Amino acid sequence: MSENCIKLNNINKYFGNKQVLDNVCFEVPFASVYGLLGPSGCGKTTTVKIISGILEATSGETLVLGEKMPSLPLMARIGYMAQSDALYPDLSAKENMEFFGALYGLAGKAFAKRFDDVMALVNLSDDKDKVVGAYSGGMKRRLSLAMAILHQPTVLILDEPTVGLDPRQIIEIRHLIKDLGAEHTVVLSSHILHEVADVCERVVIINNGAIVAQDTLENLTKSISDSFRVRLRVLGPEREAKRVIREVAGVESIEALGSKEPGSADFMVEAAREADIRVPLFRALSRADLPILTMRPLDIELEDIFLQLTADAGEGY
Amino acid sequence: MLAIWKREVQNYFYTPIGYAFLGIFLLAGGILFSLTSVLSSMPQANVVSLFDNLSFLFMILVPMLTMRLLSEERRNKTDQLLLTSPLTIRSIVVGKFLAAITMLLAAMLIATFYVVVIAQYTVTSIFSPQGATYGAIITNYVGFFLFCACYIAIGVLISAMTENQVAAAFITSGAILVLQLLELALLPNFANSANPFLSFLFAIFSWLSFYARYSTFTAGMLSLADVLYYISFCGIMLFLAIRIIDRRRWSGGRDAPAGEGAAGAWKAAFASLTGRGGKGGRA
Repeated sequence: MSENCIKLNNINKYFGNKQVLDNVCFEVPFASVYGLLGPSGCGKTTTVKIISGILEATSGETLVLGEKMPSLPLMARIGYMAQSDALYPDLSAKENMEFFGALYGLAGKAFAKRFDDVMALVNLSDDKDKVVGAYSGGMKRRLSLAMAILHQPTVLILDEPTVGLDPRQIIEIRHLIKDLGAEHTVVLSSHILHEVADVCERVVIINNGAIVAQDTLENLTKSISDSFRVRLRVLGPEREAKRVIREVAGVESIEALGSKEPGSADFMVEAAREADIRVPLFRALSRADLPILTMRPLDIELEDIFLQLTADAGEGY
Repeated sequence: MLAIWKREVQNYFYTPIGYAFLGIFLLAGGILFSLTSVLSSMPQANVVSLFDNLSFLFMILVPMLTMRLLSEERRNKTDQLLLTSPLTIRSIVVGKFLAAITMLLAAMLIATFYVVVIAQYTVTSIFSPQGATYGAIITNYVGFFLFCACYIAIGVLISAMTENQVAAAFITSGAILVLQLLELALLPNFANSANPFLSFLFAIFSWLSFYARYSTFTAGMLSLADVLYYISFCGIMLFLAIRIIDRRRWSGGRDAPAGEGAAGAWKAAFASLTGRGGKGGRA
């Protein structure tokens, strides 16, 4: 078996003459939450459809659990949550689940047990007999997620899982996805930056069908900026604190931000990326009897990374 | 396949379609039976004319059964869940076809009431040369079933081509109407034609004709060739439906640029028939 759960090698996909994926390569390790990030229409859905076996790549190789996709036996080990709710509106939640359970050979007591567990997980136990047509958008998304995990897949593919949800539901679903990441390998496609930042360990950024970056969020941040910024609040006179901070080795610039708390002064301190100035700052200010009230390193926001990497975004797919 | 079949049969009764189908079939059958076997001045002690006349209702009845079978999955986007399940496309298509066939069988089973009535009142004539024998009734049942199954298979194929079930219904009705006009109105004109080309066409179309073959069943004959013809026809229609869904998947389905939809479906069907279907999928 492959070391990685999912491996995409040089995936190209054409619809007619139009190329929608250009040499896409990435690997997803077991039991991790991987984010596919990109503007709407950049090829994310096509990528997840190729991984889940709905589409086949025009060229390249898709390996899931060490086997080539598409493969029917593998399908039973993949759970897929589509971007739009794929539910039968005229059936109840239970009947929908019974049908999809039957497709995976889940019936009788085994189904009943799993159904109760999954419905409790997505907080829909009280509405299990309600017709899905009467569900709210959020309930439908949660039921779609329940359906994707019903057969206990090893790999879980979630295509824009929080689209159309209110903020509270979004937080609930994100918590659920994080929890699922402990047992499943989760690939999540999203155009919402904070969603990916909250949930995913690693990120693949796609633009115009091609991967423009893939790494951990931390490394992506480092790669895009060569500076390290710290926001400080020091108890004591501003001028003296500024003098002490300036003398700390590695500090490149210092900006006074005024006083937000009586008797204190706020500063934005910038240093070279490789120099972690937090400990030297603490020691220097401590020696000068200038207590640090708060110290917060400021990373570059995911938005900054995304905008920089997709700066040339044209018309997507 | 069993799960698909069960869900589809269930769905016929969750929606008014199943009731409407059975209602129209039995109401029309009842009226025709009354006219031909009860109220007529020359009552017929058989089900030949009943089924024969019912076949003209195919263009209403068959689309009712088939229009949403595959098109609704695309519209609901549930096709994506079916395609990511371990089911083969063949199981999906055949399961749905069998669900429609089950409805047909249910309607025909209820229609045996007419046979019971005939048997009650024409005991003396039912085995007579003038009346129908039980054997003829059975062959008539088999013939009608196979005849109708072919139209259902056409409906399944058309349902695979579009996500609009109204369009699927109209196209299926249109296809059945054209086939019936060809067989019953146009084809007889070619018979005994002096023109060798028209005679040739007549020979070809007579061989292909559903109705001509159905006539052998109504005459009380059970021809293996005819049975095989009907079964093969159903098989080809279902095979094309499978290939269309398979092909749509490879070409990208609804994500594909305009022009890859219905046109692509026909191309796929043609390529399958001519053996240029490309790589095999999950079928």
